[in-house]
Amino acid sequence: MSDLAPLTVGIPLIVAAVLVGGAWFVPRRVVDVASLLAASTVAVLCALVLAKASEGQIVYWFGGWQPRHGTAIGVAFAIDQLGGGLALFCALLFVAAFVFSWRYFVTVGPLFHALMLVFLAGMLGFVYTGDLFNLFVFFELMSVAAYALVAYDIEEEGPLQGALNFAVTNTIGAFSILTGIALLYGRTGALNMAQVGSALAGGKPDGLVIVAFTLIVVGFLVKAAVVPFHFWLAGAYSVAPTPVCLLLSAAMSELGLYGLARVYWTAFSGVLDPGDAGLQAVLVGVGALTALVGAAMCFGQRHLKRMLAFATVAHAGLFLIGLGLFDAAGLAGTALYVVADGCVKAAMFVSVGVVQHLRESVDELRLRGRGRDLRLTGPLFAACALAVAALPPFGPFFGKSLVEKAAEDAGLWWAPVVFLLTAALTGGALVRAAGRVFAGLGSAKDPIASDVPGPREVDPELEYRHDRVPRTMTVPAIALALAGLGLGLVPGLIGNLERAAAQFVDRPAYAASVLHARPARPPVKAPSSSPSLLGVLVGLASAAGALALAAAALFRSGLRSRALAASEGLAGALLARLRAIHSGLVPDYVTWLIVGTALLGGLFALTLSG
Amino acid sequence: MSFFPYAVAAWVVLIGLYGIVTSRNLIHLVMCLSVVQSASYLVLLSIGYKDDAQAPIFADVPLSTPAVDPVVQALTLTDVVVGVTVTALLLALAVQAHKRYETLDPEDLRPRRRR
Repeated sequence: MSDLAPLTVGIPLIVAAVLVGGAWFVPRRVVDVASLLAASTVAVLCALVLAKASEGQIVYWFGGWQPRHGTAIGVAFAIDQLGGGLALFCALLFVAAFVFSWRYFVTVGPLFHALMLVFLAGMLGFVYTGDLFNLFVFFELMSVAAYALVAYDIEEEGPLQGALNFAVTNTIGAFSILTGIALLYGRTGALNMAQVGSALAGGKPDGLVIVAFTLIVVGFLVKAAVVPFHFWLAGAYSVAPTPVCLLLSAAMSELGLYGLARVYWTAFSGVLDPGDAGLQAVLVGVGALTALVGAAMCFGQRHLKRMLAFATVAHAGLFLIGLGLFDAAGLAGTALYVVADGCVKAAMFVSVGVVQHLRESVDELRLRGRGRDLRLTGPLFAACALAVAALPPFGPFFGKSLVEKAAEDAGLWWAPVVFLLTAALTGGALVRAAGRVFAGLGSAKDPIASDVPGPREVDPELEYRHDRVPRTMTVPAIALALAGLGLGLVPGLIGNLERAAAQFVDRPAYAASVLHARPARPPVKAPSSSPSLLGVLVGLASAAGALALAAAALFRSGLRSRALAASEGLAGALLARLRAIHSGLVPDYVTWLIVGTALLGGLFALTLSG
Repeated sequence: MSFFPYAVAAWVVLIGLYGIVTSRNLIHLVMCLSVVQSASYLVLLSIGYKDDAQAPIFADVPLSTPAVDPVVQALTLTDVVVGVTVTALLLALAVQAHKRYETLDPEDLRPRRRR
């Protein structure tokens, strides 16, 4: 059964090649059906792989090149429960995206489907692999497919800019990862993660290890869009076709963080102590900064897709806090948060896609009240907005409160404050948008929001008016929203995640399983935690904060008070500063990337070499 | 093994990044990106390099003959392919930009609106 794992990567690649080669002369529906079938098959296979991985880590050596005397010769897929679960999540998102794109495009060639399938193959290979160079190759495969997909509507102005910034910054990030991997190879003579980890374990963190770690971390943080490497994200996510947005926002950013966690725990945890306070402080601090900057920018948007893009940035910051705790509890909470939040954000992107399909705009102010007749999409969007604000008992609340609890146990008393502010601001922006678009609340002017909409809001694929929403759009929206909202209530899920996370962070067991074929099993029992009373209170507070912020933004004319005017002025000035930094110019963004790399490297050198 | 090739690689990265940061032309920018990427070829090859060793081909020499590391050479080849893919895609975008706006200056291409 472990032979199924390479099929999950092989099937989409083969179908993509066949589509590019032969699908120009068959009807479009054939292409749609073929790619949907391929994605569904892959999802089923991923589920089987996950079921197998929960009995013990799957190690698959390509070409049968088993390790000799504990030395890896070949390239392996090493799949544990957490990786298997993430892969299944990605595959299911692709199924939803293909269903959604059924009626989204008026005309579409087989190239779109082929690129999507290559994107899927890249993601799965990236999640499954146990080899550093293989990781880089799948990372690039995923990235290049994503650049091309963002630029799919190439005749427009936005996609061109967005894809260029995206491609240039992420290519530099990938180059950084490759250089880091090369340095590790020079030190250890190995590319297999388990073997690199075994060779480094027990040593002192010297200059080379710190430089290699910095380069690899920077590369993954560029992909995860963490401040100050996040600038490319909003430009790219806001202009991509909606089915692609859903994948970028719900899966790709998170995969950057997965890569960071995977490489750290397998290769670096033996030499850079996970209990190191300096390491933790740097990553958690960067995460908190990202969360707050992303949340502030999110609140200042009126372009719905840009709003969701900045919410993605903010949440990536929260996930980084969870990973930066460097313990199993933080990892388990983050895993739940990533999947629940990913489903919710994907559902919101689909809802925005529905609105765009019907009203040909994604501008919050122009759409005011024009979504009143959308009896299904409106409530769905509002419920998801409240879930983003971490209202119990929706899925993101469980993930968030588990991470908060882990952070408090690690001595970070201020973490819940950051989570509360971020959830309230991002949730508040989305509740405000829901109120304005679907209920017609508030005025059509907003001093906080960016005031000049894009030059042309109409999607070029949607030149005519539609009166009704196709089922192929509502079904994925409902399915994703239900999955995201209900995820935390699945019995036994949290306990399973905690066991999977405990296995993920166990480097010696991983190495023994990969190099010596001693199967690593998740621990039988782990202390299963549930959200504490404080967590529930923080969740309620952030939801209340989101509602209050949304109400203040919508009904500002009715609430003339000096305090409100003053805070509005302050927020406006702060946002103007932040907006000025987001200049949309590649050279600026690359400058930020260089500065960020230097700062991060300096901080690591200061905290780790001591 | 000397530090010289690594110093050259670092220099190549720096001039490439300098080129990107100061670029006013997309074609120039994409070429500078290729320059940055080519530094990784230098790093990889110099990691596998050995003085007085031959190419890793053992057709008519004893297996004990010193040879440079073939793994990094394979990695470099893969890296070249990846780099060419990205360059081709970016150049295609630059051509589109020129077709549509008749400019290649990133300053002129950016959307005119508050963000």
